[in-house]
Amino acid sequence: MAEATPPSASRPRPLSPHLQIYRWQWTMALSITHRATGVFLAAGALYLVIWLAAIAGGPDSFSVMTHFNISIVGRLLLLGWTFSLFYHLCNGIRHLVWDAGWGFDLKTGHITAVLVIVASVLLTALAWGAAYLLRH
Amino acid sequence: MADLRSPISRVRHLGSAKEGTHHWWAQRLTALALVPLVIWFVVSLVCLSTADYAAVRAWVGSPISMVLLVLTIAMTFHHGQLGLQVVIEDYIHVEWQKITLLILVKGIALLLAVVGIVAIARIAFGG
Repeated sequence: MAEATPPSASRPRPLSPHLQIYRWQWTMALSITHRATGVFLAAGALYLVIWLAAIAGGPDSFSVMTHFNISIVGRLLLLGWTFSLFYHLCNGIRHLVWDAGWGFDLKTGHITAVLVIVASVLLTALAWGAAYLLRH
Repeated sequence: MADLRSPISRVRHLGSAKEGTHHWWAQRLTALALVPLVIWFVVSLVCLSTADYAAVRAWVGSPISMVLLVLTIAMTFHHGQLGLQVVIEDYIHVEWQKITLLILVKGIALLLAVVGIVAIARIAFGG
């Protein structure tokens, strides 16, 4: 290994991201939301494992889980995870399309941004609407 | 432009480890795998929303959902820890804190994935 200290050690380099410096815009809000939903979904993955463990544990642990799921807090969490999942899915596909080299120009970027928001809201409504229809 | 490495990296023998794109690729491939898995998972949960314990247990233990659930768990936690790694690397700039958090996140992701898969196996094989 080298003995010399790298230039970055003596002179701090600018570190990304500088959220407080950028001018706020739609595409940026979508990008931040992608990250926020990703982190929130990590908690959802933990919840999925707890759910599976509760099923494996037997009817009693499953019923504790079900009781929490249908409570107000439980429903809000599940609704949040549903929206986050669909949002992260739709915007994730948008990212994969970018990775393929398509949709980088400003106009397309804005159109796909609106599409992502509309699609994730609609899909969330569809999933919950279908679940309520099945119930009644 | 034959060599994109900086002269200083060559002097220090910090050569390319030839895996600089590994993280990027793994994140994309797990994302691609999760597209159909997540759609299947949400549709299944909607169908299960009125199911009782026996029906949910039967669903988890059926061969197709067991395979797809194990895949969903594996892909989710692999993709999740890759994503959380980037978030940590972006916001935590104190080296020991960053490394500690990265090890914790990766360890917990592995632990939870194994717990999830073992739970599925117990449901399916009645252990």
